[in-house]
Amino acid sequence: MGKIATREAYGLALAEFGETYKDLIVLDADLSKSTKTDTFKKKFPERFFNAGIAEASMITTAAGLATCGKTVFASSFAMFAAGRAFEQIRNSIGYPNLNVKIGATHAGISVGEDGASHQCLEDIGIMRTIPNMVIINPADATESILAVEAAIKHHGPVYLRFGRLAVPEIFDRATYKFELGKGVELEAGTDATIVATGLMVPEALEAKKILAESGINARVINIHTIKPIDKDILIKAASETGAIVTAEEHNNIGGLGSAVAEVLAENCPVPMRRVGTQDKFGKSGKPAILLEEYGLTAKNIAKQVEEVIKLKK
Amino acid sequence: MDKNRVRELKIMANKIRKDALTAVYSASSGHPGGSLSIADVLSVLYFEVMNVDPKNPKKEDRDRFVLSKGHCSPALYATLAERGFFPVADIATFRKADSYLQGHPDMKGVPGVDMSTGSLGQGICAANGMALAGKIDNKDYRVYSILGDGELEEGQVWEAAMFAAHYKLDNLTAFVDFNGLQIDGDIDKVMSPLPIDEKFKAFNWHVIVTDAHDPEKLYDAICEAKATKGKPTVIIMKSVKGKGVSFMENQAGWHGNAPNEEQYNQAISELDAQIKELEVEA
Repeated sequence: MGKIATREAYGLALAEFGETYKDLIVLDADLSKSTKTDTFKKKFPERFFNAGIAEASMITTAAGLATCGKTVFASSFAMFAAGRAFEQIRNSIGYPNLNVKIGATHAGISVGEDGASHQCLEDIGIMRTIPNMVIINPADATESILAVEAAIKHHGPVYLRFGRLAVPEIFDRATYKFELGKGVELEAGTDATIVATGLMVPEALEAKKILAESGINARVINIHTIKPIDKDILIKAASETGAIVTAEEHNNIGGLGSAVAEVLAENCPVPMRRVGTQDKFGKSGKPAILLEEYGLTAKNIAKQVEEVIKLKK
Repeated sequence: MDKNRVRELKIMANKIRKDALTAVYSASSGHPGGSLSIADVLSVLYFEVMNVDPKNPKKEDRDRFVLSKGHCSPALYATLAERGFFPVADIATFRKADSYLQGHPDMKGVPGVDMSTGSLGQGICAANGMALAGKIDNKDYRVYSILGDGELEEGQVWEAAMFAAHYKLDNLTAFVDFNGLQIDGDIDKVMSPLPIDEKFKAFNWHVIVTDAHDPEKLYDAICEAKATKGKPTVIIMKSVKGKGVSFMENQAGWHGNAPNEEQYNQAISELDAQIKELEVEA
């Protein structure tokens, strides 16, 4: 299995499902070469529309198309889709509960050289606060394609978060079961649980290996759907392993870590640590170096697990 | 347009005004001024022009309407009620916690509302989406949207203008309720969006300037818009905010304030008198 960016898989998914779903319309805001919506554009040029560098217009136009029975994907970088057009998403898609999927690419710090203005570390947080919004952060190409399909089948707003960076392929499309809203236990474990999403899933798996060397048996859970989050799998993990470390390519305020903390604080409070970008803006640099610098690594996850285990009752 | 028909549309516009004021008065909340200024165009659209069916509010090939200046929901609700989408008696439940008549248009709960609006600048973009869907599907339906003149200060309106012209949405007709007033005062004193006609022309729209309170002129403008191919049309309607109620006319203060009992009664009797005058003309 090789490496492929989830944004790449997003583009392939749109082109694939565009065949079956004839009412699928795709909008972009002058970033189709980067978001990969141009894969769909090349195949179905009559169903692709560029809104230009005008994200508010793109999002609200998508809403209007949806009122006429279209299934609409609207894409841009996460910063501009979720960030700039937040109010349009909230008022024109979320509130009327319209069938628009926001395909946001270039999420997180792995955007790399473009730097802080383009590295969205807030999008999961702000999208979570919108009622009716489903949020999916796929970990690899297979999960991305299945997530797009699930989004199409779900009637209502969906926020899909993809990355720029090529990532390892983890799941096999022939056998992997993707169920919207259901967490996936990738590895069994008893001493602590690592709950990861997106780009941090392979890091979580690697962290488990590092911890095994010290005799720590960590469970690994993949949360692809951050909203609605799978409370059962989290509560089970907390009650059975007694310690949780979350990991996301996002601020540790508002995203997966906060979502997990909300569930556990109310149902099964256990010691927790949240691996994320620690409420800092990003910066320019090679993605691998940035991920290391901001602690988004297997090594750091393993370190946090060792810390949190000490606090177990 | 036949003189009788013009008269009927004027009468309906005044009924819309009455109902809109009833909504705001019953709620002690809402936006009368801008509701009164668009009563005539709503009368022409819903009672003369638009292909809609109150018994089938979501019929696929219907004409669409988006109130981009969503705060004037009293006028839209009044129009929809009079047109038969829901009971006129329900108007008095406007903005109450147990009512479906939300303060700003709610497509989920109000029959006949094609898009939820309220946040300025967004409705016109949604209208673009509807018009685009019509082009994609090769449908004949038309899309109408009313903007406020203050609303033109929102940048998103100009994103919409670019988009509509770029995609040649000639099935879209926008209206600007040019009453010259916004909450904080005269639009040219707060943040001048003038010249409105030149701006839309520069954005490659077909522009018509007409009188907001003349049903015949409005109808002719709408027909001209229909006949204009290859570009969207904006009909800039010179209007009077608070039209029809003597003490509300041209007052910025009546943008978002509800009349008290005395004011409401006076307004209703003024409108009743105007209706009577029109009926007598017949």
